[in-house]
Amino acid sequence: MSQNFIYFLWDCLQYFINGIAQGSLYAMVALGYTMVYGIIRLVNFAHGEFLMIGAMCGFYALRANLPMPAAILVAMLSSGLIAIIVERVVYRPIRKSGRIPALITAIGTSLFFQYFGQLVFGADPKTIPPFIEEKIFNLGEINVSNVQIAIFCITLFVLLFLFWLTHYTKVGKAMRAVSYNLPAAELMGINTNKIISFTFFLGAALAGLGGMLMGYTMSVEPMMGMNLGTKAFVAAVVGGIGIIPGAALGGFIIGIAENLVAGLYKSSLRDAVSFFILILILLVKPSGILGKNMKEKV
Amino acid sequence: MTNAHSPLLALENVTMKFGGLTAVNDVCLKVFPHDLVAVIGPNGAGKTTLFNTITGIYNPTTGCVKFSDHDLKNTKSSDITALGIARTFQNIRLFKNLTVLDNIKLAKHTRIRYGFWSGIFRSKKFKEEEKKIEVECIELLKLFGLESKKDFYAKNLAYGQQRKLEMARALATEPKLLLLDEPAAGMNPTETKELTELIHLIRDKFNIAIILIEHDMKLVMEIAEKIFVLDYGNLIAEGSAKEIQSNKRVIEAYLGAEVNL
Amino acid sequence: MGYYHGILLLVGIFITLTLSLNLINGFCGQFSLGHAGFWGAGAYASAVYSVFYAFPLPAPINMLIAIAVGFIAAAICGLIIGVPCLRLRGDYLAIATLGFGEIVRISIMNTEMVGGPRGFINIPHWANIWWVYGVAFVIALFMFNLKRSAFGRAIISIREDEIAAENMGVNLFNSKLFSFTIGAGIAGMAGALFAHTQQFLHPSNFNFMWSVIILVMVILGGQGSVTGSIIGAVILTIVPEALRYAGGTVAEWRMTIFPVLLIILMMAKPEGLFGAHEISFRKRSEG
Repeated sequence: MSQNFIYFLWDCLQYFINGIAQGSLYAMVALGYTMVYGIIRLVNFAHGEFLMIGAMCGFYALRANLPMPAAILVAMLSSGLIAIIVERVVYRPIRKSGRIPALITAIGTSLFFQYFGQLVFGADPKTIPPFIEEKIFNLGEINVSNVQIAIFCITLFVLLFLFWLTHYTKVGKAMRAVSYNLPAAELMGINTNKIISFTFFLGAALAGLGGMLMGYTMSVEPMMGMNLGTKAFVAAVVGGIGIIPGAALGGFIIGIAENLVAGLYKSSLRDAVSFFILILILLVKPSGILGKNMKEKV
Repeated sequence: MTNAHSPLLALENVTMKFGGLTAVNDVCLKVFPHDLVAVIGPNGAGKTTLFNTITGIYNPTTGCVKFSDHDLKNTKSSDITALGIARTFQNIRLFKNLTVLDNIKLAKHTRIRYGFWSGIFRSKKFKEEEKKIEVECIELLKLFGLESKKDFYAKNLAYGQQRKLEMARALATEPKLLLLDEPAAGMNPTETKELTELIHLIRDKFNIAIILIEHDMKLVMEIAEKIFVLDYGNLIAEGSAKEIQSNKRVIEAYLGAEVNL
Repeated sequence: MGYYHGILLLVGIFITLTLSLNLINGFCGQFSLGHAGFWGAGAYASAVYSVFYAFPLPAPINMLIAIAVGFIAAAICGLIIGVPCLRLRGDYLAIATLGFGEIVRISIMNTEMVGGPRGFINIPHWANIWWVYGVAFVIALFMFNLKRSAFGRAIISIREDEIAAENMGVNLFNSKLFSFTIGAGIAGMAGALFAHTQQFLHPSNFNFMWSVIILVMVILGGQGSVTGSIIGAVILTIVPEALRYAGGTVAEWRMTIFPVLLIILMMAKPEGLFGAHEISFRKRSEG
């Protein structure tokens, strides 16, 4: 084996590791998309903006000299709160009008927050420091940062938490019931509105968490939700929208693919990667890798 | 061309499986031109699934559906309609935001004799053909008593009228075989009687064969010249109304097996 | 005077653009979210012709050719995207078209020949207000006549109930692909007109936001209504401009007012101003 080839393999491993970390972020954000879609069949275009608002609040919390854990909490709560408000005020009344009006409303909400954010927060990018003191471990040819390891572990923990939540708690089972059949769940005495609000809150809070953890790798500005949100959404679709493990799977796939393409080929094509994977999945298996094919009954 | 002795529609060992579920199991049946037959059976027996395999919504897992000796395997629903099979749907599928007249006119799609550009440039041929279609469609509406409602939006019709429109629309495709899926659902006895007469009328006037799925036994026994009984996807009996009424298996299927005390 | 002239040109171009999306979304009911991609593909393709390959012919003939180039390029994109995507259900189709729209834009951004992120300059000024409104008029007439012919009815029935339409003899795939391809092509024509009036193109003009703007024009007017699309395009080109002209806080906040109006529209009248109908002087409106 030539020297070059070995270096190439090491490079791949590096990109792979970076991809896992990046993918963790996408996974966290994707969870929100997938949970909301799972429960009310709505693609929440504004999810990225919930993240943005959380990250902004977290930034201001840090500026107010709050310690990092508190700032993260602030971010999560603000994201979650905004999500609940939007669901209650905007999405709930539209739900009865059909899916296209709901989708358009979500698009409108997303655009509103982007431009509103520019006016309120200013369009200038803000920076968030890494949530723990960054230490880089040198393992031969590759570098791994403790932040990367931490975010991966946190993501795994979140996934385990969600699994426990949806399978072993009353709330979680109610969530699953609503996602299978909303009218029936209502008839079973489940307060579907509360469950839906809770789902929105949880999804957005996780996105806010992701934003704070990985905020140091990107600029925090009002348009950040657009780019990040779109990729996380693609991740959710790739893994199987509506399916929680799917969001994680999709997130990692997108993260790794992006880093491999950017590193081995051209970094300017980074943003196109997620779209290519999206198209591929939609052509081959539109319901996503872990998704089930649901046909309409005639 | 089919002669009086060759079937218009022949199902040969048709089986329809969805994963592990067998909805239709090895069904053989024949329908001849001008026949008026019914398919009955308890809910979930596979009747609508059977219709769906005939009209191309599903491809039979095994076996084949032949129309005028033409194997319908892998044929699109739209092509099957062009060949001459039309159907109504159990849960009405009208074009809600189109007018009654437009609903019917649409059904003439496969019989239109002008091209795309004739339509855009509104050529003489287009105008003539459109006029002819309009006249035919209004005649059809008259038959169903819907002429006065021709400019109403389909969604604004009463339920019974919507059912009639479903039938009229299917007829507008100029079929040789008409499949009616529970045409009497939700109708009161007067409407059902009207329907019985209507079905006889269209069978004779348009010289078509009709297959009926129905739960209303009075209607079935009165109208059907031959009855096929499905249970759990299997064809358990076929025969005249009298024969079916005294068939033990049929009685069991509907009422459950007799309990010996 | 030049300022108002510019607005008028944009209105005309957006009328054509809105009509083209209406064919796909409104008539056929296929929810496409990447329409600006077709607009851009047509604009850039026609500009490439004009700037690099133009024949030595008088301007009007060259403009005609440029429009044809725009149409064909965009229609080919429509075909390529439509064939795989049109078998997808509602939400998925929307996502796929969104993705494709972005891919078109990113591809343009990465193409040196057309200036990439610096933009494409020096496109000849071959189009004028007559061209813009001439095309708009022709397309409006085309759509109006289509609606009243058998093919239009077939396309619209797909929107209403696909399965019923297929069982009444409508070939779903062909009709959907037709709407998609022609809709894309017409957007390409609008692109050619845009390129040859603005004389400058930039990929940011064909991003997702613009796809949304065109979509709002269709929705506002009413999906399936030709009159509606015209009115929708007029209102949504003029009003934001008027707000910007007003200056001050109104101008700053206009980009937030826009989505809010959209949301209110969805809450109050999701079927738009005209629904699926045309403006009618008869008592009973014909669909």
